[in-house]
Amino acid sequence: MHPAPSVIVFSTISGLGFGLMLFMGLGLPNVSGWVAAGFATVALGLAVIGLLASTFHLGNPKNAIYAFSQWQTSWLSREGIMSILTLGTFFIYAALWAFMDNRIPALGYLASIMAMGTVFTTSMIYAQLKTVPRWNTAVTPLLFLLYAAAGGALLSNQMVVALVLLGLVFAFQALAWVHGDTALTRSGSSIETATGLGDLGKVRLLEKPHSGSNYLLREMVYVVGRRHAAKLRVLSLLLVALLPAVLILLTDVNHTIVAVILLSHLIGLFAQRWLFFAQAEHVVGLYYDAR
Amino acid sequence: MTQLPTSTKKKLGLVIDLDTCVGCHACEISCKGWNTVEYGAPLSDMDAYGGDPSGTFLNRVHSFEAKQEGCPSQTVHFPKSCLHCEDAPCVPVCPTGASYKREEDGIVLVNEDKCMGCGLCAWACPYGARELDQMAGVMKKCTLCVDRIYNENLPEEDRIPSCVRTCPAGARHFGDFADPESNVSKLVAERGGMDLMPELGTSPVNKYLPPRPKADVNGTQAPDLPVEAEEITGFLGWLDRTLEKI
Repeated sequence: MHPAPSVIVFSTISGLGFGLMLFMGLGLPNVSGWVAAGFATVALGLAVIGLLASTFHLGNPKNAIYAFSQWQTSWLSREGIMSILTLGTFFIYAALWAFMDNRIPALGYLASIMAMGTVFTTSMIYAQLKTVPRWNTAVTPLLFLLYAAAGGALLSNQMVVALVLLGLVFAFQALAWVHGDTALTRSGSSIETATGLGDLGKVRLLEKPHSGSNYLLREMVYVVGRRHAAKLRVLSLLLVALLPAVLILLTDVNHTIVAVILLSHLIGLFAQRWLFFAQAEHVVGLYYDAR
Repeated sequence: MTQLPTSTKKKLGLVIDLDTCVGCHACEISCKGWNTVEYGAPLSDMDAYGGDPSGTFLNRVHSFEAKQEGCPSQTVHFPKSCLHCEDAPCVPVCPTGASYKREEDGIVLVNEDKCMGCGLCAWACPYGARELDQMAGVMKKCTLCVDRIYNENLPEEDRIPSCVRTCPAGARHFGDFADPESNVSKLVAERGGMDLMPELGTSPVNKYLPPRPKADVNGTQAPDLPVEAEEITGFLGWLDRTLEKI
């Protein structure tokens, strides 16, 4: 699948924002007044920047308003609605906390649950697709939630929780990659089932329908840079989980170190999300003898 | 609405005969022609006269080769367009309600006045039947020529999809699969019409007829040529023997 920068920025940045909302909903970090306002602004800012970025890949954004209408069937529609509701709930909760010095725990718990609900709806946009076997697994939503929560723990300075979450991220990401590498083969789809010609023998593409490229190939049969995938995987795990964990364990975690941890985590996260798209094989590639 | 109808009154669709298709691409071109000047946004081309041309097509003709060990290969031309699936995965994913499946005839359509061009329906389709038009920014797909088949301004013989009307080989057939007595239902029953990627559970309406078995593919091949040359006589024979000795 094509790793569109707008979608990578959207899902990573908004994930971090909703992750921070998860912890702020639980009253963490334990701050008040302008400091609380600052943390809330970061959370809302990240979520809003991410959501705005997601509109940049639309072909016809003037119709985007209709995207709130099909919540009964569409995960993308559910995501749009959940994001707006979560932002609203969290805004009210954080404003009461920061400016009225009246943090309402029940409202906070609700905001936490809604923040994770939003990340879950985002992940289901991908996990629901039978056409992309690598994504079509329960590990996809689990990983999106873990990444968001781990990022939120780092942003809210909950370093012990962050250590645990980064460990889980490390383990489940490794599992997702190992499991995902055989997903297309295990799915049972092949060029033989795609063409229905399996009874005639081994099938291969003799001629593409056209000599040039097309929307399908650019969007769903993206193979550029896959040869660096193994290196990127190592680099991603190193930056997203290992380096932050080592710094938390071995240093006194002052402001400079926190900045390094966040930067490292973010770069690792971008690499992970790029791989999530670039390595995902869509079954339409079978009609082009490609994966 | 993006909820799929539980059943449709008719199941209009195509039968594509892989035995008869000659791979001329006429269906593809006539589709592009009709759908560029009629319903909805035209099917645009980008860099049409430049070094990297590409464009929107609702129908594309692939060519495959199937080969069994010890047999000659078989070439199969393979036109591919929307299969108007009964359990169309492209429809429920649509966030705007632009994609829908008609209850009256089962045709899957896009309302371009609601489409925001997110491309998720194209991701959900296993068959590559949907393409986002790069100029209009809306999703394009086969309409089964909904603007021809019910069009009383056209002569009756033209009230079939453009690709079917054009096919010079007679490899494409249009009809109602809900009617067991229709031409398409009979063809499917007689020739073993098949679904593409049945494992994905999309229940396509369109069916493909497999190539008829060929006698010389599954039977014997022409005998191999003898490897040993016959004994050569005369001057060439003398030359051959002399050269052998050197």
